[in-house]
Amino acid sequence: MRDLVTTAGQTVGPFFHYALPYDGGPHLVPPGSAGAIRLAGTVYDGAGAPVPDAMLEIRQADAAGRVPVVEGSLRRDGVFTGWGRAATDAVGRYAFTTVAPAPTRPGVAAYFAVTLFARGLLDRLFTRIYLPGPELSDDPFLRSLPDDRRRTLVAERDVDGNLRLDLRLQGEQETVFLAFPRHRDR
Amino acid sequence: MAMTATTPPLASQASISEEIERIQHETKPGQTSTRLDFSPYRSTLLRHPVKELRTLDPEEVELYAPVFGHSDVDPTEADLTLHPGGEPIGERMVVTGRVVDGDGRPVRRQLVELWQANAAGRYVHKRDDHPAPLDPHFHGAGRCLTDDDGWYRFTTIKPGPYPWRNHHNAWRPAHLHFSLFGREFTQRLVTQMYFPGDPLLALDPIYQAITEQAARDRLVAAYDHDTSQHEWATGYRWDVVLTGAHATPLEREDSDA
Ligand SMILES: [Fe+2]
Repeated sequence: MRDLVTTAGQTVGPFFHYALPYDGGPHLVPPGSAGAIRLAGTVYDGAGAPVPDAMLEIRQADAAGRVPVVEGSLRRDGVFTGWGRAATDAVGRYAFTTVAPAPTRPGVAAYFAVTLFARGLLDRLFTRIYLPGPELSDDPFLRSLPDDRRRTLVAERDVDGNLRLDLRLQGEQETVFLAFPRHRDR
Repeated sequence: MAMTATTPPLASQASISEEIERIQHETKPGQTSTRLDFSPYRSTLLRHPVKELRTLDPEEVELYAPVFGHSDVDPTEADLTLHPGGEPIGERMVVTGRVVDGDGRPVRRQLVELWQANAAGRYVHKRDDHPAPLDPHFHGAGRCLTDDDGWYRFTTIKPGPYPWRNHHNAWRPAHLHFSLFGREFTQRLVTQMYFPGDPLLALDPIYQAITEQAARDRLVAAYDHDTSQHEWATGYRWDVVLTGAHATPLEREDSDA
């Protein structure tokens, strides 16, 4: 079946806001609930201008390192689904309320898997947002990156445990974007 | 029209078409994914990565797409013509097809989202200022779950083409925006479905950013007379092939248990 031509991506365009973002999309846990943190940042273009028409989706493990495989992300009902969606605002900012994920196995660092969409971005991009911590220096993937590239994937944590990372679509400090092996078949 | 020094005049369709042809000619054959670096679509200029994507094996987080179910999606959300105030204006149509992964396996019970302009080419979006009428009976967004064999099905109206400011006299071919998930996070897809025989396809820098004809053809639905409904709606068939899965079906079944 390798002769199947994969359906190519097309930009999400400028007019997705009334269709894709939804109430509760960015709140994987209710704001203010026990263990809730904010994961936030700004998306920038190659000229350093914020991108007000981007959208992020995140997928993550819970605080025990388990990846939930349960329905309920669109109509949240107190169940942690490990998935959320947030559009950037008028000044390019995104924000999620969630819990800090733990590593899913020994030897790798904890991270949020991220998909990024935007007007002017013809196909989705994948990246990761890592939590800061001593495990980072042992993570095989992070170790494979030069320092300045690795830095684009690691969030800063404030005293309240909130995480912050800006994403850059293009340029010197461009975020490390990812491809997975089966993407190469197409 | 006054132009500031930083705003170049809009390119003509002829020069955009020439640019499209040149880049397609320069792109090596066999690239069936969409180019991110595609200057005829002007908004890509500052929004495409210039460094190479890093290829790596997915970890567990990336091997599981989010799961959606009947608690997430109401069956009526698949009919975009339902409106308490009345029927939308336009050609009623049924769009249906099958979602499979790169190995031909159906993507079962997974979310499909659809959004689109109305029959006049206008979106219900505050930043759409195309001087075409809004339709008080058409919102233009829907969702559904695929069935046990990967089939999705929507009832809607055919959207109109609409102008945009990419270049002079630029028109988007009529299209439906689709958002799809696979079984893995790595299989995420947002794309657009087009209509057969549309003369605007050849002129469109978004569609033409897919440089391989066979891959472009994948985005064009087929009129399907068996899907058309007697005295009710025309029918279109559009199948979707996601990228391949990294985990084997056996591993999946274990994890489903
Ligand atoms: Fe559109």
